Amino acid sequence: MIHDFGIVWSERGLLLSGLMNTMLLSALAGFCALVLGVLLSTVLMQRARLLAQTARVFVDAARCTPFLLFVYFVYYGLPSAGLRFDNWSAGLAALIVYHTAYMGEILRGAWMAQPREPIEAGQAFGYTGLKLFRRIVLPPLALASAPVVGNQIIQIIKDSAFLTIIALPELTNAASSIQSRRYVPFASFIIAMLLYWALCLVVEAGVAAAGRMAQARR
Amino acid sequence: MNITIPTMPSDNTHALKVVGLSKSFGALHVLDNVSFGVAPGETVCLLGPSGSGKSTLLRCINWLERPDAGRILLNGRQVGISSGGVVMSDSELAAMRMHIGMVFQHFALWPHLTVLQNVMEAPVHVQRRPKDEVLAEAEALLRRVGMYEKRDAFPARLSGGQKQRVGIARALAMKPTLLLFDEPTSALDPELVGEVLAVMRDLAREGMTMVVVTHEMAFAREAASRIVFMDRGVVVETGDPETFFSAPKTERARQFLLRYASGPVPNAEPSSIVPLNPESASIRP
Repeated sequence: MIHDFGIVWSERGLLLSGLMNTMLLSALAGFCALVLGVLLSTVLMQRARLLAQTARVFVDAARCTPFLLFVYFVYYGLPSAGLRFDNWSAGLAALIVYHTAYMGEILRGAWMAQPREPIEAGQAFGYTGLKLFRRIVLPPLALASAPVVGNQIIQIIKDSAFLTIIALPELTNAASSIQSRRYVPFASFIIAMLLYWALCLVVEAGVAAAGRMAQARR
Repeated sequence: MNITIPTMPSDNTHALKVVGLSKSFGALHVLDNVSFGVAPGETVCLLGPSGSGKSTLLRCINWLERPDAGRILLNGRQVGISSGGVVMSDSELAAMRMHIGMVFQHFALWPHLTVLQNVMEAPVHVQRRPKDEVLAEAEALLRRVGMYEKRDAFPARLSGGQKQRVGIARALAMKPTLLLFDEPTSALDPELVGEVLAVMRDLAREGMTMVVVTHEMAFAREAASRIVFMDRGVVVETGDPETFFSAPKTERARQFLLRYASGPVPNAEPSSIVPLNPESASIRP
């Protein structure tokens, strides 16, 4: 058994590059999905019916689609409609689009739960449009939704493992490759699991910091 | 010494003039042809039973609520409607609202900012005044309302009375020509009402132009230049506080004052008083 871990150690370069790719994919997808999710939440909160309803349909559709199926669709399905991506673009786009729907819905929910009066006070003090949103609406919204957003970023990290099926050389792909070539499934998979766990701990530390900020203001 | 006679002065002597204001929510007429004026330096108290349209009237003055009919003039300039006769754009409305300070029933402080940041926020980011100048003024205002020691605290750590004093400092920091108070003490525990009223009394004495919706009769009697009494969306009676409280002209005002005769009870309503029912009392063993 110790020997098996030795074999995994000898493949550490591959594991490390898989880990880096997972981190890169998750960070990029998390950032983009969050930014787009903020935009999406403003659309979901619009009083203009058509716009809000269209966004609503997108959110519901995304939330009811298994991520694996969505990746298949983007990578294998879209090319027959004339949209061809390499596996990196397809994987990243799938992660971003899919999780934007969740982020938008998370922020919309937190927005609905915000008290109306401070926002109204913003209007009474002369804030409008983007400035009202950026300075008055968004900061308490971000603090209130930080734990759920953190959870969603953890979900993004885990969903990135599905991208192994379109041959993206991320962490799961690396672990899988090591076990199939060197016949050390237990050691390679458990190391990969520990590495995913470590990534999630980093995210949770960030969430905890945001939580402390929110606590002081609650 | 305030020697203005509470008769209708001519137009340009009004800081605020409300003419024929009406507002309905569906079939409910909340405001029906309401008119009154506020001279510079006056404190006008809007009194009336809950649901009489006082808060809606206040919210119509800065167009947080859009009136259906009527005009609001702030120092002779119409609020909400531009000179071309069309409804103001959001940025035009915002520019008007900067001159009208507002203090809210539930304080409405911005929860993510400290006390000092709350006071400085709009002067710096809306009025774009230099930060060091605003800082000095904000600190002076916080001293004045007795909240300087708490300048780095977040609103959530304050009592209701403290929050409301910050709310008043925040409104004053905009240097408004008119200050609106929407039931500023109704959400406070009784023992905290006094500290807020003391600040408001000082402002009235110093000649701040204010419109105050309140249920604090003692405050209205002492600090108001004029009383506007409303019921069911119409102005029933206006007058100087002494006359209004000692010899109201209308039956409705008399009835209203009777309810407060035993002392100032915030938000007291007849429906909230459970009548003694001999039948239900007899069920008890």
